[in-house]
Amino acid sequence: MEDERAMEIDGQQQQEDTAAVPKGFNADYLRIYYGKLFPYGDFFKWLCYGNDGKHPGCDQSYIGRRELSFTLENDIYLRFQSFDSAAELESSIKEKCPFKIDIGPVYSVDPAKRHAYAQSGNNVFAPVERELIFDIDISDYDDVRYCCSGADTCLDCWPLMTIVIKILDTSLRGDFGFNHILWVYSGRRGVHCWVCDSRARKLSNEQRSAIADYFRVYKGGENTSKKVSLTGPVLHPFLARSYTDVLKCFFEDKLLHSQQLFSSEERCNKILELIPDENVASELHDKWQGNRRSSISKEDVNAARWEQLKMTLQSGKHKAQGLRRCVEEIVFSYTYPRLDMEVSKHMNHLLKAPFCIHPKTGRVSFQLIPIIVMILILRLFQLYHSY
Amino acid sequence: MEIVRSQRQLAAEAAAATGGGGAGALPTYRVAPQLEVRLEEFELFAIDRLRVLKGISDGLSRGKRPEEMEKLVSELWKAHMRHQDPAETLNKDIISHFVLRLVYCRTEELRKWFLSMEMTLFRYRFRLESPESQRLLMSEFQLPYKALPHSEFEAVKDKLSQVARSIGQSASVESVFFKVPFEEVPDLVASRRVFLSKGYAYVAMSQVVSLVVTQFRSNISKALVLTNRKWTSTIKEQEKDRLTPIVEALSNAYFGPDYSQPNDAAEISPKDIDQLARTSFPLCMRHMLEKLRENHHLKNGGRMQFGLFLKGAGLKLEDALTFWRAEFSQKVGSERFDKEYAYSIRHNYGKEGKRTDYTPYSCQKIISATPGVGDYHGCPYRHFGEENLRAALNNMGVSGNALEGILDKVKNRHYQLACTLTFEATHNVSCDTGINHPNQYFSESQKVLQAKNQTVQNQSST
Repeated sequence: MEDERAMEIDGQQQQEDTAAVPKGFNADYLRIYYGKLFPYGDFFKWLCYGNDGKHPGCDQSYIGRRELSFTLENDIYLRFQSFDSAAELESSIKEKCPFKIDIGPVYSVDPAKRHAYAQSGNNVFAPVERELIFDIDISDYDDVRYCCSGADTCLDCWPLMTIVIKILDTSLRGDFGFNHILWVYSGRRGVHCWVCDSRARKLSNEQRSAIADYFRVYKGGENTSKKVSLTGPVLHPFLARSYTDVLKCFFEDKLLHSQQLFSSEERCNKILELIPDENVASELHDKWQGNRRSSISKEDVNAARWEQLKMTLQSGKHKAQGLRRCVEEIVFSYTYPRLDMEVSKHMNHLLKAPFCIHPKTGRVSFQLIPIIVMILILRLFQLYHSY
Repeated sequence: MEIVRSQRQLAAEAAAATGGGGAGALPTYRVAPQLEVRLEEFELFAIDRLRVLKGISDGLSRGKRPEEMEKLVSELWKAHMRHQDPAETLNKDIISHFVLRLVYCRTEELRKWFLSMEMTLFRYRFRLESPESQRLLMSEFQLPYKALPHSEFEAVKDKLSQVARSIGQSASVESVFFKVPFEEVPDLVASRRVFLSKGYAYVAMSQVVSLVVTQFRSNISKALVLTNRKWTSTIKEQEKDRLTPIVEALSNAYFGPDYSQPNDAAEISPKDIDQLARTSFPLCMRHMLEKLRENHHLKNGGRMQFGLFLKGAGLKLEDALTFWRAEFSQKVGSERFDKEYAYSIRHNYGKEGKRTDYTPYSCQKIISATPGVGDYHGCPYRHFGEENLRAALNNMGVSGNALEGILDKVKNRHYQLACTLTFEATHNVSCDTGINHPNQYFSESQKVLQAKNQTVQNQSST
């Protein structure tokens, strides 16, 4: 309050100063962030997983075997950093002011001493524990969102990330039995998931790969236009549940409209490309060509065409092979999570640490709690649409 | 195992005591049996087993389906390993396995290959066993999984049935299920062939093979590492006049060319690449070159697959840097190229980091890639949609019956055969060995073209 009055009194000058706060990343602010805001104690305590206690079960060497890596100004890259105390971690970060901090695995020995073990060639220096992690970038959805592209995001497309969280979080808990799951905004264009259960940390590369494959539906690559293929007379319970509980209504109630999926010929064709039967696709195409009457408001076009498409494909008239699951395939293509498989498969993959500043945006990578995220998005949606 | 030059004791007695096949048929090789082996048999038995493993490797790279593999394994075993006296067969089975452990324990790559083939061999032999025998083998692997009690079964019956239908099986046949931690059955989880709940997978009796094979693999994998240690520390030296030369000869004889060291005669330079792509690159590499030229960029998967291929084809490091810089600098600028991409190119040539000289990917590896959003790597015969593949093959000048033949192979998932047919169609020769490696495609193609040039020269000079 006082400052505001001060601004009025001093007039122009003060306003200019306020306007001078830079947007985006700034090394000086980083220093301040590390000086005053970065949560060293909690961060350290998290990674200790209870081994910083006093009882006999605690492994004193545990935290010192965890790799952190720092990227400094001028892209100087320091791997295999490790720390035995929060104080050590704090002073190193404050001194080096890293532009980026990555978390690696817990190794069999202190990574700083790895060279001593390298000679025997028996892989004595190897990762032994590491959280199960997932990395989802919204830029991987560029082919299905028209509002933004690349690292940009808005209220219309960010809900795609919420969907990812809903589907994966439910499955990680219900199917895999994990409980300690941390979802984090990456600071730029996506979300990271850290599954921290002891059982998850001990998974082998093969098991991580298996979990990633379990979640994999969208088989990308630029080499084919149809990237979702749901074979079989029924869906696996995980996919069926994802569809009926989450994806179907998200697609029909939100995405159809926010992305105006049928509002132009180009956009319609994109969806028609996913129908494996040429005849059905052209039938719909022709029907919509003739329907471009201006009396239909924008709102109706998307819902109406979707209904028509569903009716045509599910009518039972077209019992052709490959059409069986087409409606679901389209919904999955547009909404189902697209994971970066490589991130999850290997124990030694380095991932950006939560609570860091993203060097490209200057934003903090902060924690998201699923329910809170959904409420937030919903509120913002309501606010947005009430204008 | 004692290697002697005299009589031997039959394996059956020794084996029965130490995991050599309690049910009489399928040994699990848990412990090296106490037997005596003749030196001649040491080598001969190993060679016969290698024929079986090589045949399996071939079958896998040709994309054979499980039913076909089962038949193939049965035939290979009969042809090379079977003896009239089952005790003799068991004898040979066990000895040859342990000899090959010595041969294939010595590097990471050899271990991976051996493990993969032995696992496949075991899997199909297990499938061919009777249910009784299978149950005995399960208990031998100490899989303490009890069958699901009826009450629990009833509670999840619908979900189990749903899973069965989702993988194309009939809804209600199986009634014996096992509840196991999901970590035990990664391949079933990966392919969504089991119902999961709270960290447990519900595995059908018919899927038990997966359980057993995972355990088998894990046992052999650990054993190989130990064998390697023993080999390096004592055996190699001790046996340098007797077994060591045999062991080393065996691994060299059967490990096909990996194109990691291109011969010096074969050198290519950046200015040749477009021309060579048109005449001699397999489709996967042509495609990536095209996309690289178009986008002035390739994501990591593409850079690895294409970059290593070029290395194997004879592109030297300095030329590689020139080539990639010329493209990438048009998108990200040469400064960023030097900062962010040059390092990993040098890494591929063994000039950075742990200095491994990386090997160009074989077809098997490329086929099993998982291209994601923005990726152009992988095997076109597997990863392209039909339309894209048709167009790409047309661009190579393949059409008509030849094209249909290739697409037919693709539908049956014989990706390497499809590529072989492409080679035959574009070069007008037949390729009997089949394509297993992109660099093989390239060097065979160059051979054919040089032979043609030679013929033309000879003709014009007469």
